[in-house]
Amino acid sequence: MSSTLMRTVPALRAAARASAAKPAAAAMGTSFVRGKATLPDLPYDYPALEPYISGKIMELHHKKHHQTYVTGLNTALETIEGAKSKGDLTKAASVAPLLNFHGGGHVNHSLFWENLAPASREGGGEPDGALKKAIDEDFGGFDTFRKQMNTALAGIQGSGWAWLVKDKQSGTLGLVTRANQDPVTGNYVPLMGIDAWEHAYYLQYENRKAEYFDAIWNVINWKTVASRFDKS
Amino acid sequence: MVYFGFLTQLLSVQIPLEAVSEEQYNTTMAAATYTLPSLPYAYNALEPSISAQIMELHHSKHHQTYVTNLNKALQSYSAATASGNVPDQIALQAAIKFNGGGHINHSLFWQNLAPSSSPDSKLEAAPKLMAEIKATYDSFDRFKEAFTAALLGIQGSGWGWLVKEELTGLRIVTTKDQDPVVNGEVPIFGVDMWEHAYYLQYLNGKAAYVQNIWNVINWKTAEERFQGTREEAFKVLKSQL
Repeated sequence: MSSTLMRTVPALRAAARASAAKPAAAAMGTSFVRGKATLPDLPYDYPALEPYISGKIMELHHKKHHQTYVTGLNTALETIEGAKSKGDLTKAASVAPLLNFHGGGHVNHSLFWENLAPASREGGGEPDGALKKAIDEDFGGFDTFRKQMNTALAGIQGSGWAWLVKDKQSGTLGLVTRANQDPVTGNYVPLMGIDAWEHAYYLQYENRKAEYFDAIWNVINWKTVASRFDKS
Repeated sequence: MVYFGFLTQLLSVQIPLEAVSEEQYNTTMAAATYTLPSLPYAYNALEPSISAQIMELHHSKHHQTYVTNLNKALQSYSAATASGNVPDQIALQAAIKFNGGGHINHSLFWQNLAPSSSPDSKLEAAPKLMAEIKATYDSFDRFKEAFTAALLGIQGSGWGWLVKEELTGLRIVTTKDQDPVVNGEVPIFGVDMWEHAYYLQYLNGKAAYVQNIWNVINWKTAEERFQGTREEAFKVLKSQL
């Protein structure tokens, strides 16, 4: 469908955005080999996001933390398969929390790596085009959006994520937070996520998480976010 | 309010602001004001199990933030109560639970840790509790295994606690974020599984942190809490008012 054409009619904008929704998986960089989750490569080197996110954080975060979610997801899926083949549905259902946690961890981090970029390349700045227009309309401007996102991040009690999302029904943008590794599902398409787990910043920022939340805007890949927005 | 305002004015006129102690300042506030408790040991006393850097940040920054935000939330709550503002009273409950929980959990945690060189960190310091642990879990090792598994199974930030329940006896519970154990059970000892509790030293190796925390559990405190009441376990909070 021609979303460009429909977008010229403001009244239809929300409807056009809503009806163009595609399965979220299409927009993700999660990689699978024969039904097994694998750790995706980073689209940049570990130190590439410095000085905003240290190379050491990126390396641990990708190679250790994300890998643990990938491993945990595969274990959970294998347990479900095994239980299924034995007809043990109670056992299969009992894996749900682990599937959500590790599956969510894999999905969230895969989206996160791609919505970041070195400040010397696509990282930072402000979105333009249709995404900028939508942010202006739904948040009243980029600065307000950024402030609201940082307030949402600061308000997370414990581990979690904040996301810029598109509401599939209304077609409007919104902010949501998720506890732990709960993925963004259902009515929302995740466009841009920021990891607020302590492992995402502690080695560099320690308890000063507000500094991390300020710094990360220098490495947001708006090209990726815009492309997710356009496809959604 | 007239009196409070007057008192504040009086204090600020008579003494330079820096000289007003926390206690004097608190007398002008309507809500109870909590303060950061001192650690019962030096920041480096738990090394090598927990580094001094972790202990200092954890106590002087993280715990302090919970105390500060608890006091703010309680002041707002007391204003909302005074003005009969029910929506605000309800809205503030999450902040009170989170920051109040953070203050309670950390206050209990510091006291249930001890340097590994101290006799308090030896199992022999808790004879009655050990007998009960063996009766409940067959052996101390099996208890340790179960507690370790519970700690490592926490998804996200949270705590693991050994608690005493009036009817069912000893139980291992985990709580998310800063939810405190305040529902009637007696907290015997807790282990902080937030990443800030170990990350600077152990990075993603949380199993090693859990393994080493057993070297610095204060079994004397655990024994006292096991033999005492819930009110006695929480008395550390009252003394910080």
